[in-house]
Amino acid sequence: MMSEIPSNLRYRESHEWVRVEDNGTAVVGISDHAQAALGDMVYVELPEPGMSYEQGEACTVVESVKAASDAYAPVSGEVIEANGLLEDSPELVNTDPYGEGWLFKIALSNPSEVDDLLDADAYAALQED
Amino acid sequence: MRKTPLHNAHLAAGARMVDFNGWEMPINYGSQIDEHHQVRSSAGMFDVSHMTVVDIRGPQTRAFLSRLLANDVAKLHVQGKALYSCMLNEDGGVIDDLIAYYMDDQWFRLVVNSTTRDKGLAWLERQGAEFSVAVTEHHELAIIAVQGPQAREKVHALMPGAVVSELDEMKPFNALFHGQTYIARTGYTGEDGYEIMLPAEEAEGLWNRLLEQGVTPCGLGARDTLRLEAGMHLYGQDMDESYTPLVSALAWTVGMKDEREFIGRAALEQQKVQGLPGKMLGLVLDGRGVLRPGQKVITPAGEGITTSGTFSPTMQRAIAYARVPWEAGETCEVEIRGKLLPARLVRPPFVRNGKVCEGIL
Repeated sequence: MMSEIPSNLRYRESHEWVRVEDNGTAVVGISDHAQAALGDMVYVELPEPGMSYEQGEACTVVESVKAASDAYAPVSGEVIEANGLLEDSPELVNTDPYGEGWLFKIALSNPSEVDDLLDADAYAALQED
Repeated sequence: MRKTPLHNAHLAAGARMVDFNGWEMPINYGSQIDEHHQVRSSAGMFDVSHMTVVDIRGPQTRAFLSRLLANDVAKLHVQGKALYSCMLNEDGGVIDDLIAYYMDDQWFRLVVNSTTRDKGLAWLERQGAEFSVAVTEHHELAIIAVQGPQAREKVHALMPGAVVSELDEMKPFNALFHGQTYIARTGYTGEDGYEIMLPAEEAEGLWNRLLEQGVTPCGLGARDTLRLEAGMHLYGQDMDESYTPLVSALAWTVGMKDEREFIGRAALEQQKVQGLPGKMLGLVLDGRGVLRPGQKVITPAGEGITTSGTFSPTMQRAIAYARVPWEAGETCEVEIRGKLLPARLVRPPFVRNGKVCEGIL
């Protein structure tokens, strides 16, 4: 099944996406491919604002009916906001993974890390393997 | 990987296929939760052709099953009547759980788990030897479970009038033949419906006619959340050879009233005398989160562990089964990722016939 991979985002191999905003922050979520593989989302344990994470550190638990999975910080920084909508509507991660289903916003402590992430073509190639 | 006769039908319906113990089976066809709700509110169908159908034949069939099964086949004297039972080892541990159908006095049909097929069949052969019974596995059968409040009327719409009149009269846990097709009013969802065993080559035709009737294809994912809500156990998670039925909330399936000498009885008698070390109850998480197998349960009477757990789509709450100390009451906590969360121990089922049971919420 083909999943949606917007070209304006960057991706980590562990299936998180990153959208860098003008003010040095980034919005983070999980990809369409990831949500489809995990199945119906029933609970998301989000990081607390104020917590700092290193790139690659587990910071969110997404629980589908099937299983609990970690989502990792795709970039280092301090969490400035978690998506409160997911508390009552975790299914937004399934229905709108790149929109209302975002997980958290993070203040980039090392913006150059974004360059290490995959672009849409590289992420698409990863899924074909 | 092994494929069922409905493999192409699954792909056509957009199934996400997974490896289930060597069988390529549908886990869902898009949304497991939607499928779950369809079964609770109207009708869904499951391919369970991976289950093992075994016929036992011979003059001593009844005597054999009376020794083999913890439940008493003496309860079966009407043709087509079904009985749920565990098959125990000498230590009282559960080798498998199954449904036995009474066909006639020299013929019973057993439906056993696919995950335990090899050891189950080996046990049947070994124990059956002294009773000279013939044990025949039916590879040529497919099984479609149609479940939900509208399941029976959807099936009836596809059957000739004479069979429909019979099916209308047929009580739960009974079955009948319609030609080569064996229609049992049984299931694993807590809803009314049928499990239909039929020749493999006819399976896709029935599946497609049920689709036309508006029956929703459902995967193993929904099957698991439905059975959990319904208070039904899964072999390998909620029971296995290290526990007896008495500590697994399955005492109701053990026929010990008379002197019948079934395999494992002595061990169960001994366990009763010594006192049961624990019991199995349901668990409802108070707040947000999801229960999973293997989580630690802390009660004032000591620690326990969850055996199956999920998020209940009907209740919108996390539920589980747990092995807990015999003295455990209602109050407990569950450890999830290092945090202790308040929960309640309850008596399953959680949901029956579309409704949350009394005392659960």
